[in-house]
Amino acid sequence: MNDVISLDELEHDALTELVNIGVSRAAASLRNMVGEQVTLSVPSVDVVTREAAATLIGERESDELVAVRQDFNGAFSGRAMLIFPQTNSMALVRAVTGEGFSDDEAQALEQEALAETGNVVLNGCLATMANMLRRPLSMSLPQVVRGDGKTFFELGHPSADAGVVLFLYINFTISGRDIRGYIAMLMDLPSIEALKQLIGEFISRVMGADDLGQLT
Amino acid sequence: MSVTVLVVDDSKLARIVVGKTVSVLQPDWKKVEAGNADEAQALLAAGGIDLAILDYNMPGKNGLELAQDIRNSYPNMPIAVATANIQDEIIAQARAMSATFIPKPINEDGLRGFLSGAALRLRAKG
Repeated sequence: MNDVISLDELEHDALTELVNIGVSRAAASLRNMVGEQVTLSVPSVDVVTREAAATLIGERESDELVAVRQDFNGAFSGRAMLIFPQTNSMALVRAVTGEGFSDDEAQALEQEALAETGNVVLNGCLATMANMLRRPLSMSLPQVVRGDGKTFFELGHPSADAGVVLFLYINFTISGRDIRGYIAMLMDLPSIEALKQLIGEFISRVMGADDLGQLT
Repeated sequence: MSVTVLVVDDSKLARIVVGKTVSVLQPDWKKVEAGNADEAQALLAAGGIDLAILDYNMPGKNGLELAQDIRNSYPNMPIAVATANIQDEIIAQARAMSATFIPKPINEDGLRGFLSGAALRLRAKG
């Protein structure tokens, strides 16, 4: 199946670095919301089937998950998600809202606090990537969903892409709060092609087009 | 005196960008590259390295852990840690070991202060 677009080594490297910079900035925003250090893993970037993406998260997590998801549209489109175990949800809400609320009040704020946290993290990440690729992206409102990996990874508009997606994910932990989760991004085939093009332009820009010949 | 700068980043593209930026600001300096902390330690052990620019988020040891190791062996080496992760704790840890914090993406403005400061310190040392 050679017609499936793949990224070459330097494009993969550049995309990982873009995601790394985006997520690092987003982590700094999250740190300001929760008041504790946020630790990130090195991003993983792969072209996989949708099922494999769902399985990647699903097999690491036996518990119910909660996700804040936002769809993005522009030169490339897809879905970004902040995912964590349902059992961490209230701890995250507490971390964000502070200690001034009773259990009932915090419970009532859960949905809103999760949506806002997801919004800050995902927007921060995507906006940084969009700026570096010099293409605007529009973001949908954050949606809080509960379920398992499969529920999260179904895109709204199924396309004839044999289920292949570009899947990016990063683990994060919040020290001192016992909160951990993932930031994940999913793009379908037409977006991979568009993204490949933009990454090529990005590489030429940061390296100077004259040096590209030396690289292979 | 010839100056050699060690660039450590798991991203090849990022190493190229740092290398190019150093070349613009300090055209005479030599550059050596490592893709992780172990490779960096091997290059340092071989000798001749005057200053180091380290990525923060790398597989294996991160840039701050590597900076601490380098600091233990080379108390006066100018070290910079580059990251977009501007959390207070990370900046504070870099400062605590006298490493300079450089925002990513790397550009001439971000690197200029560190390189000229390092040049002064290296010259003073002779």
